[in-house]
Amino acid sequence: MEQFLHQIINGISLGSIYALVALGYTMVYGIIKLINFAHCDIYMIGAYVGYFCMTFLGIGFVPSLLAAMAVCTVLGVTIEKIAYKPLRNATRIAVLITAIGVSLFLEYGTMFFVKAQVRSYPPLTGLLAKTLQLGNISVPMLQVLILAITIILMLLLQFVVNKTKIGKAMRAVSMDQDAAELMGINVDTTISFTFALGSALAGAAGILVGVYYNSINPLMGVLPGLKSFVAAVFGGIGIIPGAMIGGYIIGIVEVLISGYINSMYRDAFVFAILILILILKPAGLLGKNTREKV
Amino acid sequence: MPILTVKKLTKNFGGLAAVSNVSLELEQGELVGLIGPNGAGKTTVFNLLTGVYKPTSGTITLHTNGVDKPIQGLKPYKVCEMGLARTFQNIRLFKDLTVLDNVRIAMHKNVKYGLAASFLRLPSCQKEEQELVERSMELLKIMKLDHKKDELARNLPYGEQRHLEIARALATNPSLLLLDEPAAGMNPAETAQLTEVISWIRNQFKLTILLIEHDMSLVMKICERIYVLDYGQVIASGTPEEVRTNKRVIEAYLGEDVNNA
Amino acid sequence: MKKLAETMRNTKSWTKLLLLVLTYVIIQLLILFGIIQDFQQITLTTICINIILAVSLNLITGFTGQFSLGHAGFMSIGAYTCALITMRMPTIPGFILGLVAGAVAAAVVGILVGLPTLRLRGDYLAIATLGMSEIIRIVFLNLNITNGAAGLSGIPQFVNWPWLFVFTAGTILLIVNFLKSSHGRACISIREDEIAAEAMGINTTKYKVTAFAIGAFCAGIAGALYASYFFFIKPTTFNFQKSVDVLVMVVLGGMGSVSGSVLAAILLALISTFLQSFSELRMVIYSLILIIIMIFRPQGLMGSKELSLSMLSKLGSKFSFRKGRV
Repeated sequence: MEQFLHQIINGISLGSIYALVALGYTMVYGIIKLINFAHCDIYMIGAYVGYFCMTFLGIGFVPSLLAAMAVCTVLGVTIEKIAYKPLRNATRIAVLITAIGVSLFLEYGTMFFVKAQVRSYPPLTGLLAKTLQLGNISVPMLQVLILAITIILMLLLQFVVNKTKIGKAMRAVSMDQDAAELMGINVDTTISFTFALGSALAGAAGILVGVYYNSINPLMGVLPGLKSFVAAVFGGIGIIPGAMIGGYIIGIVEVLISGYINSMYRDAFVFAILILILILKPAGLLGKNTREKV
Repeated sequence: MPILTVKKLTKNFGGLAAVSNVSLELEQGELVGLIGPNGAGKTTVFNLLTGVYKPTSGTITLHTNGVDKPIQGLKPYKVCEMGLARTFQNIRLFKDLTVLDNVRIAMHKNVKYGLAASFLRLPSCQKEEQELVERSMELLKIMKLDHKKDELARNLPYGEQRHLEIARALATNPSLLLLDEPAAGMNPAETAQLTEVISWIRNQFKLTILLIEHDMSLVMKICERIYVLDYGQVIASGTPEEVRTNKRVIEAYLGEDVNNA
Repeated sequence: MKKLAETMRNTKSWTKLLLLVLTYVIIQLLILFGIIQDFQQITLTTICINIILAVSLNLITGFTGQFSLGHAGFMSIGAYTCALITMRMPTIPGFILGLVAGAVAAAVVGILVGLPTLRLRGDYLAIATLGMSEIIRIVFLNLNITNGAAGLSGIPQFVNWPWLFVFTAGTILLIVNFLKSSHGRACISIREDEIAAEAMGINTTKYKVTAFAIGAFCAGIAGALYASYFFFIKPTTFNFQKSVDVLVMVVLGGMGSVSGSVLAAILLALISTFLQSFSELRMVIYSLILIIIMIFRPQGLMGSKELSLSMLSKLGSKFSFRKGRV
């Protein structure tokens, strides 16, 4: 039983990461119908920024987290302006190919400058190194931190999307870009803001992963990125609560498969889930089907 | 001899009833109109007939060669195989392909040579390709597009694009042709010419034609019977004269005749 | 008039045949006389394998409009199947069996994968094919018979220039013939407007799966040739990066141009040989190629046009004109 609870707790930690990254995918897809292949690499950059801050600048965790989020926000917005905006009216495949290009550029550009070897975050001190005792189970404070930060960020996101003007603009643009523009919404700013939010979350996830798993490398974003995307599709692509739910489900399922069935096939299993959802219910858990008018 | 029987056709999209209990019948060789205000469900009826949508309820039966075949819910390519061809309200040509290719592709379903012959470019393939070009050119000549056979479809003027859509539909060798607003965007002279063409092809190819149109000059001139749709339901049917003087139709769609006001 | 057109067509065919034979003979002679040495032969092999991969992916993505990011998966099926068979039957018939089995296996997987997924739209299909390719890679990583992460080494080498030439020229020829036929046009119509194609009687599912199967078959051949030349394969040889490599070729050459794919395949094989010791730089360059082309010239080098003899003669006349000027 303890083993099972441990697995669930691990699954929740992993799920938090997936949820944070999945949110970025789902928001960007919701607003411009693009699978932002480069999103997982922004997550990777967040991890590297955190590493840089904590190792070379000696800054504490929370300031590093904010720095990572800030850098990733700028990066995300810049990428949108340079690579995706010119293709606003192009075919979806064209933008997708560009996104793949940006992703590769970030991965191999980073590899070129910092070399491919795995780096470790400095060991944690103080509160973060402690362990919480819940009955028979010991939960590392770190996992509590990850969950806490994720919940705070998700609450903030919900607030922004549902209770602010820009959030309303985001929802409007994702529903009908032309109508939103005609209603006086600045579509460019809204799209940039969406990328900013998603990238900030990815940056946070990156540094959290760096601290949690303690190792980073330029290609660390690829697999988690794909899995987060699966999570976003699973919950319903374009639907924010869906990404959150999807992230946790995929995280928990992955840990359980790894623990109880076979850790070697756990990645294949996540892809199999993806293909199954796309075939059986592409709109995802919380999604509705839309038709093309003939 | 009826060629198409539609009984109580209904299509709901979520809570919206786009088409409700529509029944109609087409006799072999008839030229029938389907009119009504925008949003009445006319194109939805076409989409149901051609298999783009599955009906929520109701039946569609095609009578060909003495056999009654229910076709509701069949995939569009199967419906086409059974002899039903259509044009689209918003032109759906293969824009980056040539005029000739647009027509040739529509003949594909009747092509006899297989994959092996195409890989090796066997004589059977070459011979049939030759025939395809010849038959396509015949159709293009009728539509006065033969001199533009190598032009990209996107470069044709609007009226010619509409003609090409009709040529393409004819290339599938149909017995029943559905035309969705073929005169949309045409001036009176072009419309008059189109009217001639539609009459002519109906006789020449022994077709039955169901026609959606807003241009009353065309509808009243060539349609032998008309169905009127409003809010997804048939509100009237009959000869052009009957429909023209039907009160419900006037209220919903045609409006008062200026001379009678 | 018709007779003239026919004789012109026949002359074109004879010219093309002549060029084909000349290419084979010249390169064979260069190899025989040691002018093309081992190192360059590697490049030559890479060029041929690239051409097969690019042309077959172009059939799926460029001509039929189905965005597939899983080409490496099909290649790996061909490679592993051929490797496993030739390692147990190290003879020429064994190699032929391995190659055919590999291609057929790849095609079968292509059909199995294609049937349920090809109803998905562009970006979803891309991810599904990516997922499929990753599943294949993970399966090969974990099977005992494929030796897992260590891969298979000591694969008997049978591939040389004649084999490469036959399969490369053969693939190009088969695909070009297919595209010129009514079946090929059916595939192209799917790219143009799937709904209209269906309305004109084309079974779009059947043709999407057909294009997928043909593409997978050719990728399987490429994989088998790879295994039998480079004699060592492991799962990471056929990862997402490989699929992207092929995508870059197709995009650079022009989605919808076979000759574009051939040119891009040659170009990128040369670039990758040049930058062999700088693999990160190579990928950075590839990524920039993708981005720049999509933004500034999305139709790639050739768009949807094909290199033709008339085009070459036009180019030739341009140069001779310049020469004549004082």
